[in-house]
Amino acid sequence: MILTIPSFALFGLLTILLGIGNPAVELGLALYALLPVIRNTRAGLGSVDPAVVDAARAMGMGPAQVLWRVELPLALPVIVAGLRQATVMVVAIATVGATVGANDLGQPLLEGIRGDDRDAIFAGALLVGLLGVGADATLAALERGLSRSRG
Amino acid sequence: MISLEHVTRHYGDRVAVDDLSVEIAAGELAVLVGPSGCGKTTTLRMINRLVEPTSGTIRVGGRDTRELPVTELRRSIGYVIQQGGLLPHLTVAENVATVPRLLRWDRARTRARVEELLELVGLPPAEYASRLPRALSGGERQRVGVARALGADPPVLLMDEPFSALDPITRLRLQGELLRVQSLVRKTIVVVTHDIDEALRLGDRVVLMRTGGRIAQVATPGTLLAHPASDFVAGFLGGDRTLRRLALVPLRSAELRPADGAAAVERVEAAASLRDALEAVLRSPDGRAAVVDGDRVLGVADAEVIRRAAATG
Repeated sequence: MILTIPSFALFGLLTILLGIGNPAVELGLALYALLPVIRNTRAGLGSVDPAVVDAARAMGMGPAQVLWRVELPLALPVIVAGLRQATVMVVAIATVGATVGANDLGQPLLEGIRGDDRDAIFAGALLVGLLGVGADATLAALERGLSRSRG
Repeated sequence: MISLEHVTRHYGDRVAVDDLSVEIAAGELAVLVGPSGCGKTTTLRMINRLVEPTSGTIRVGGRDTRELPVTELRRSIGYVIQQGGLLPHLTVAENVATVPRLLRWDRARTRARVEELLELVGLPPAEYASRLPRALSGGERQRVGVARALGADPPVLLMDEPFSALDPITRLRLQGELLRVQSLVRKTIVVVTHDIDEALRLGDRVVLMRTGGRIAQVATPGTLLAHPASDFVAGFLGGDRTLRRLALVPLRSAELRPADGAAAVERVEAAASLRDALEAVLRSPDGRAAVVDGDRVLGVADAEVIRRAAATG
């Protein structure tokens, strides 16, 4: 739901509450990141085979043991996938945060645009791009590794 | 060893198990069998309290199952389900070690136990211990399931449709394996199945249930086939009861004709069943088969000998 609100609009609204600067952007990013993480954690836990959970209980695991030893490990690849979505999205959206006065990745880019400084634009865009692609690739590898070692 | 006293379980208005009472002796292999929806799985799951009875008392080893914390009760009762229910992210050895680890056994003891159990179910530890469940065949998973259920050497083993998902050949082999393992470990075992032939092959005693969660008959396989208590039981058992019963009666129980010196063409081991003997008799040109114990001839069996043994056995 919150993902349907354009980030620029959300940041704008949050500055009314928290003033211009980092806190507004941080809160906005947290709100955006929360959704894929919660959604995927739920989906991951929901995708665990009920027969496996049943067997774990039947062997005498308590609720906490079932969660930590069975459900969470089996849901981990899906949870990491949510984390990856959130990370990539946050890198992208954080860039926009500079427009409402946050001291972040978008700043060199924004200054470049304002000052018509192509070098700054390229440098800023390249850094943001590398960070996004790098974070995505790292988490994708982790996700693949996790699902390979599981059923 | 296990006693159910007037056990009832309701689901809303529906009665799954209705005032069921049955005693299962220590070392006995009892099979709960019946059509789907007869409450056999619910009955099994009430023994380790995966389902709580609405009323009635269940005792295991003389103690009311409600006396113990539920996790402690379950760790003392092995449980096997279809496909084994293995934890897919853990290796074969880790799966088998589940209950010993819950009981905080030390590493060396757990490791030795895991190896012993894998040997017992015919999976060499060197080859299987570090494999993941999905790298196993259905039959192998089921064996790991049995090994895991035996993990902490519980006196009682519950098995819910353990062989249903397997192909017929593997199923037969694993049924034989279960009987072999049982002859070595002598547990009190309760098996649930919808397959009457499986029930007759495995059970020391068969608890035949009918829709509505009631017991239709409790008897040994031989008695069940010889004296079904009702039309429902007879119908559930199906045709050729007399022939099928022959497989359950040992030839030893037959009164043989004396061997008269004339060498019978066909021979059959005394350890075999009446069914094997009948097979030999029918194959023999003169309708007689020598019953042997190794090299020693004990006597001669013919159709009349088998008929009489089947009537009394």
